[in-house]
Amino acid sequence: MSQLKMARRLMDSGGIQRALDRMAIQLVELNEGTENLALVGIHRAGVPLAQRLADRIKRAEGVDVPIGMIDITLYRDDVFIGLPQPVVGRTELDFDVTNCTLVLIDDVLYTGRTVRAALDAVMDFGRPDSIRLAVLVDRGHRELPIAADVVGATVKTSKVETVEIELTEMGAAMDGAAVMVKA
Amino acid sequence: MTAGTGELTFDHLLGLEGMDQTRITALLDLSQRMKEIGERPLKKVPSLRGKTVCFFFVEPSTRTKMSFGVAAKRLSADTMSLTASGSSLKKGETLLDTAMNLQAMGPDILVIRHRAAGAPHFLSKHLSASIVNAGDGRHEHPTQALLDMLTIRERLGRLEGLNVAIIGDIANSRVARSNIFGLTTMGANVRLSGPATMIPKGIDQLGATVVPSIEDATDGADVVMMLRIQKERMGSDLFPSDREYHRQFGLTKDRLRNAKPNVIVMHPGPINRGVEITPEVADGPNSVILDQVTNGVAVRMAVLYVLAHRTGGAK
Repeated sequence: MSQLKMARRLMDSGGIQRALDRMAIQLVELNEGTENLALVGIHRAGVPLAQRLADRIKRAEGVDVPIGMIDITLYRDDVFIGLPQPVVGRTELDFDVTNCTLVLIDDVLYTGRTVRAALDAVMDFGRPDSIRLAVLVDRGHRELPIAADVVGATVKTSKVETVEIELTEMGAAMDGAAVMVKA
Repeated sequence: MTAGTGELTFDHLLGLEGMDQTRITALLDLSQRMKEIGERPLKKVPSLRGKTVCFFFVEPSTRTKMSFGVAAKRLSADTMSLTASGSSLKKGETLLDTAMNLQAMGPDILVIRHRAAGAPHFLSKHLSASIVNAGDGRHEHPTQALLDMLTIRERLGRLEGLNVAIIGDIANSRVARSNIFGLTTMGANVRLSGPATMIPKGIDQLGATVVPSIEDATDGADVVMMLRIQKERMGSDLFPSDREYHRQFGLTKDRLRNAKPNVIVMHPGPINRGVEITPEVADGPNSVILDQVTNGVAVRMAVLYVLAHRTGGAK
């Protein structure tokens, strides 16, 4: 991380708050209410984002939607191609996913490979009615036919850049989203 | 919380001797994640699809082999198996020749159990597959000690500073040796007790304390680990009879009284009921014997996962 420098800021703390406010409303709209709705954060940044969205849905609708988390390391398609060894995180889906409208939550949508792995992981737990995707930032460059249903911000990036999301739950002093390049 | 394999770059798992605290902790953390998979409705992940694990058991084993088999299948690896009775070792082929033939079939990981100490180490120098030691003679049985440590950590929250009594036939026990290496590295106090004929000279140099009676060992113990009397491994002159052994070193409810109230009782299996442990204790509230079996699968998944990365990455 230290060899990266910021190319441009995408959202400050207030920007992320407002994006999440809007995303929460869109999720409820998309589902026509909160019935059978469940949020699943993709490890790591998707986990606190799922919690934040659930908090907002609770405030707006007065309903606790079930939340879970999944780690997709064991479903990745790139673990044997010489990348550094991945870290395996916790998977917790304490509700029955069958018949749910399940929303996968991640911070950044890029190639789509993480989402592909997440779809496989979730389906091993049951048969949801439908699966939706909500991401804070869509940065383009898809390598698979995958699209998000709810997006916080769509940004144009080049492949040499990375998008970094900072969240207070993950140890950042302040929320923020920025495009980074090699220094 | 995340469990890293970042600390883990194994070529082989031959023993716990020399393995440091960071690596043991990382392996146990990863095992904890693997355990979640066994609790799912669909107990399988595609992680090791296309990898082949070969079981080469020159010495009889039921649970260890099955445990490795379940572990490999939960990770979607393919498995093949060769046992001594059906193999050409019986026809006079050397260990290395047999192993070279196995290797020619292209396994990524070879899990071996052998009656000779050092057999896995020997093969690791000659084969390109990753070797897992599933028990070599009286030497080491690293996955058993890892699953024991996982079980202790799960039940008692830590390993450091715990008093662990290991009781029985220490001389013939690879389980004891691997546990001594692992537990002392993790900062536990290990006390050993058993008939004098079954305590090898110099075992205290590995960092464990030898005490004369079972009562000395269980006094204030957080963990009591009973070893199986290995009838197949000893001459009849080591102790007079099963009953005599039970009278002196068998774990009874009475003998647990001086241990800590929440003491856990462990046994690597198979149990000789009424010899080293009474049924009352083995099936009692302090027993974690079946947890050990469950955790064995998780630990072996973690080991296979880490080794598969090595075979995939390096070549």
